[in-house]
Amino acid sequence: MTATSGTAAEQEQTGAGPGPDRAEPAVFEVSDLEVSFPGGRGNADVTAVRGVSYEVRRGEILGIVGESGSGKSVSSLAAIGLLPDYARVSGSIRLHGEELLGLDDRTMAKKRGRAVSMVFQDPLSGLTPVYTVGDQVAEAVQVHNPQTSREAAQKRAVELLTLVGIPDAERRRRSFPHEFSGGMRQRVMIAIAIANDPDVIICDEPTTALDVTIQAQILEVLKTAQRETGAAIVMITHDLGVVAGLVDRVQVMYAGRLVETGAVDDVYYNTRMPYTMGLLGSVPRLDQDEKTPLIPIKGNPPSLTDMPPGCPFAPRCPIAVPECDAAEPPLERVGGAGHRAACIRAGEIEANAWTARDVYPVSEIERNPVSQVPRADRETVLRVDDLAKHHPLMRGALFKRRVGTVYAVDGLTFDVREGETLALVGESGCGKSSTLMEILSLDQPQQGTVEVLGKRSGRMSNRERMQVRGDVQVVFQDPMSSLDPRMRVFEIIAEPLHTHGYSKERVRSRVLELMELVGLDRSAVTRSPAEFSGGQRQRIGIARALALEPKLLVLDEPVSALDVSIQAGVINLLEELKARLGLSYLFVAHDLSVVRHIADRVAVMYLGKIVEIGDVQSIYRRPTHPYTKALLSAIPLPDPEKERRREHVVLQGDLPNPADPPSGCRFRTRCQKFAVLSEEDRSTCREREPELRHRVEGAADQAAACHYADTEASS
Amino acid sequence: MSLSVEREATAPEAATPISGRWSSLVKELLATRRVMIGLVIILGLIAMAWIGPLLSPWEFDERDFGAFRSPPSADHWFGTGSTGRDMFHLTMVGLQKSILIGLCAALFTTVIAALVGAFAGYFLGLADRGLMWVTDLFLVLPQFLILAILYPLLRDSGWLVFVVLLACLMWMVTAKMVRGMTISLKEREYVLAARYMGVSHARIILRHILPNMSSLLIVDATINVSSAIILETALSYFGFGIQPPDVTLGSLIAEGARQALAFPWTFWFCTGLLIVLVLAVNLVGDGLRDALDPHSKSRT
Repeated sequence: MTATSGTAAEQEQTGAGPGPDRAEPAVFEVSDLEVSFPGGRGNADVTAVRGVSYEVRRGEILGIVGESGSGKSVSSLAAIGLLPDYARVSGSIRLHGEELLGLDDRTMAKKRGRAVSMVFQDPLSGLTPVYTVGDQVAEAVQVHNPQTSREAAQKRAVELLTLVGIPDAERRRRSFPHEFSGGMRQRVMIAIAIANDPDVIICDEPTTALDVTIQAQILEVLKTAQRETGAAIVMITHDLGVVAGLVDRVQVMYAGRLVETGAVDDVYYNTRMPYTMGLLGSVPRLDQDEKTPLIPIKGNPPSLTDMPPGCPFAPRCPIAVPECDAAEPPLERVGGAGHRAACIRAGEIEANAWTARDVYPVSEIERNPVSQVPRADRETVLRVDDLAKHHPLMRGALFKRRVGTVYAVDGLTFDVREGETLALVGESGCGKSSTLMEILSLDQPQQGTVEVLGKRSGRMSNRERMQVRGDVQVVFQDPMSSLDPRMRVFEIIAEPLHTHGYSKERVRSRVLELMELVGLDRSAVTRSPAEFSGGQRQRIGIARALALEPKLLVLDEPVSALDVSIQAGVINLLEELKARLGLSYLFVAHDLSVVRHIADRVAVMYLGKIVEIGDVQSIYRRPTHPYTKALLSAIPLPDPEKERRREHVVLQGDLPNPADPPSGCRFRTRCQKFAVLSEEDRSTCREREPELRHRVEGAADQAAACHYADTEASS
Repeated sequence: MSLSVEREATAPEAATPISGRWSSLVKELLATRRVMIGLVIILGLIAMAWIGPLLSPWEFDERDFGAFRSPPSADHWFGTGSTGRDMFHLTMVGLQKSILIGLCAALFTTVIAALVGAFAGYFLGLADRGLMWVTDLFLVLPQFLILAILYPLLRDSGWLVFVVLLACLMWMVTAKMVRGMTISLKEREYVLAARYMGVSHARIILRHILPNMSSLLIVDATINVSSAIILETALSYFGFGIQPPDVTLGSLIAEGARQALAFPWTFWFCTGLLIVLVLAVNLVGDGLRDALDPHSKSRT
């Protein structure tokens, strides 16, 4: 390792410093980058990036933040010359002072992977399925060092895989990508990216497709990779939480332009651009005790084909003045060194010390009268008792034989009362969705009972069943695939009404009413779903679910596919609808911070079982199960100061195979508590399965399944 | 609390009738030039096939003993064949049969394939085994063996039975494709959503699954038009369906192909008409596919 990277690593460890020495020349420099795509067939050109500049020095981490469509990915693809030929790129991209723009593909290929490398968002498609991961890492080594022997390359591959935290790398290098989980594949991608000690690593949303616990692991790996190589990292993300504790400087992009840049503390604490404020305000936060409504940014980003002449954010900005529409504000210096914002009212914001709460009007969400009634007196909408769903694992083509069982759901017990939101939380693969499908199918479960509105699944007559179908509706995760692309919005929302025999006139008026209820324009009913943005589509999905005035709404990760600012709007809408219509929600999520804003009670699932259940306040203030603690700790806070001071519990490894769960306590293989127990205490975990019961004195509505649950009050 | 950005769309609301799915589809189709051209050609061919023979001065089975294999002239617009029959009249009568057989058989084939494939793929289990067993049976049994067995029964029945027979020989491969697509489509969330709101299975298949593979079905149907016409010729050769002296485009092409170089008029007119027919069907199918596909259009 060189001396420079040593100092960089030191600076990284000392933390809060304003970044590496300013005198050092930038490794990677992008200035006035403009990218446009010709429209073709008479359409206007799409200008995706308009004048973006940034520079990174050795050992520095730069965060580029923006919503989807803000041009953040395009600008990075342009930087390493991966855009299609028809894209028009202008400006300047310099690596160590050498101009990269205009180099032909062969010369660029020599730089890519060697001097500049990239980690992409989707680890599923990043690796070739027919080669072993070891070969793919070795290939990355050999491509740039042709004289390296096969053995040396393989040896280096094992080193790299060990570095990124693949356990038993010597053996695992012979695995194929499909044998690895998403998090492991992303580690391999990082290993490939750092194979040749690059000077710059561009990470394009490297953790977006992963679970929070895995996200925390990957962020650790990235820090390690940066320490080892001393490279500059450009971290592209839409999540302000992810970058808060990681980066030195942040740039916020909107509509293809930088709207605010500066040192991370400046941007987070002395925000000068209303858009950044909105982004920060719309992130659901764990560190707020009160249940406050999130701050949604109204509207959608402008279309990149015909930009308004003024500030592109003006149509969505709550403090826009007529002057905002006159001309696009330049990126001007505000406050601290290097802190710049593109807003003509930045000075005013600074003078009055406005924060997001001052700028954005916050709608108060009324409380539902039902919520005043004590929980025990409310009607039970859904009761699930000892529910199990086991899938047989079959092998053999002609004579199938059972070789094992996948315990997708294994003995769940919970209930949802009227006007209440119960959130089921857990990593992907823990059986959340299986539980939902089992409830929604209304069929006799394999084991246990499901009682919806007092009627038992599998014991209903056809008429009762149809009635229950009307009372229980579902909103799915992916707004792209939950609406039939061939139907128009009117037909989509009208479908449940037609099915349940509404008359034509009533269908019509009800559909228009629903459109208004979810905050969409009535006249939009004749369009097809493809013409709406993700958030609007999710609203259509909600309208469809509400059509029959259900009592229970089952929400399967309804906001996880949406941008943060849009997500806030949908969460607020759900809150509002719940209060207005007296709905009960069964909310499935992997994100504990979202849950905090919407749920009354939380059930944390691990490998088909509930490990902790209780009311939101107790769970978040005093988690007793180690898994809950780890989940909470893995969620990044959009607050650089707190993030740096926080101690993360990073869980080891991935979710165990649900076909072969560990004996005794299922969580023990990854448990941070198990690791520090004495051998004697451990045997209890190994041999006895902990039952779910009250562990803490005084917390009536909190139960955990852990032999050694934290019973003392902690902060 | 509204996220809607349709700021420009403050159009006269409520008063605007919300037109149905089909009526707006028809409107859109008629507004497409390709479709109009295709439709006009098809209608023109139909008119030509049925009106043409009336205009021709020659009768269907009349022979002109003064003109064997004569090139097109004022007397014989498309020339004459080897037995002195008027090619124009023959071609028009052939066109009548081919239009009927081609369009009906293609439609029929695609409908069978879509229904069998979709039901098998949607229900899986027993229904799938049964339906796919039948499909495989049709695929592996030699077609001419079946025909030979059925021949005595079907010899004297009309063209409609013949169309059904044609369709029965062509639907299997498409059905397999439809089944595969159905299996992946039924896992989509909008299908689940429909199921959980209580929509019946048959309705889900007709409203959600089949429309979402309409591109495949339409392409399949348009290709089937020409293959039905050609297959009909092959069958006629073996003595099924249309028998001489009756003619179809297929039998005319088969005969003309043998002497296409020496007497091109016996080949080119019928072939040309077949090409025009298939082209027109393709134009209409293309437009239909685009109108049904929400992604391929540039709506304003």
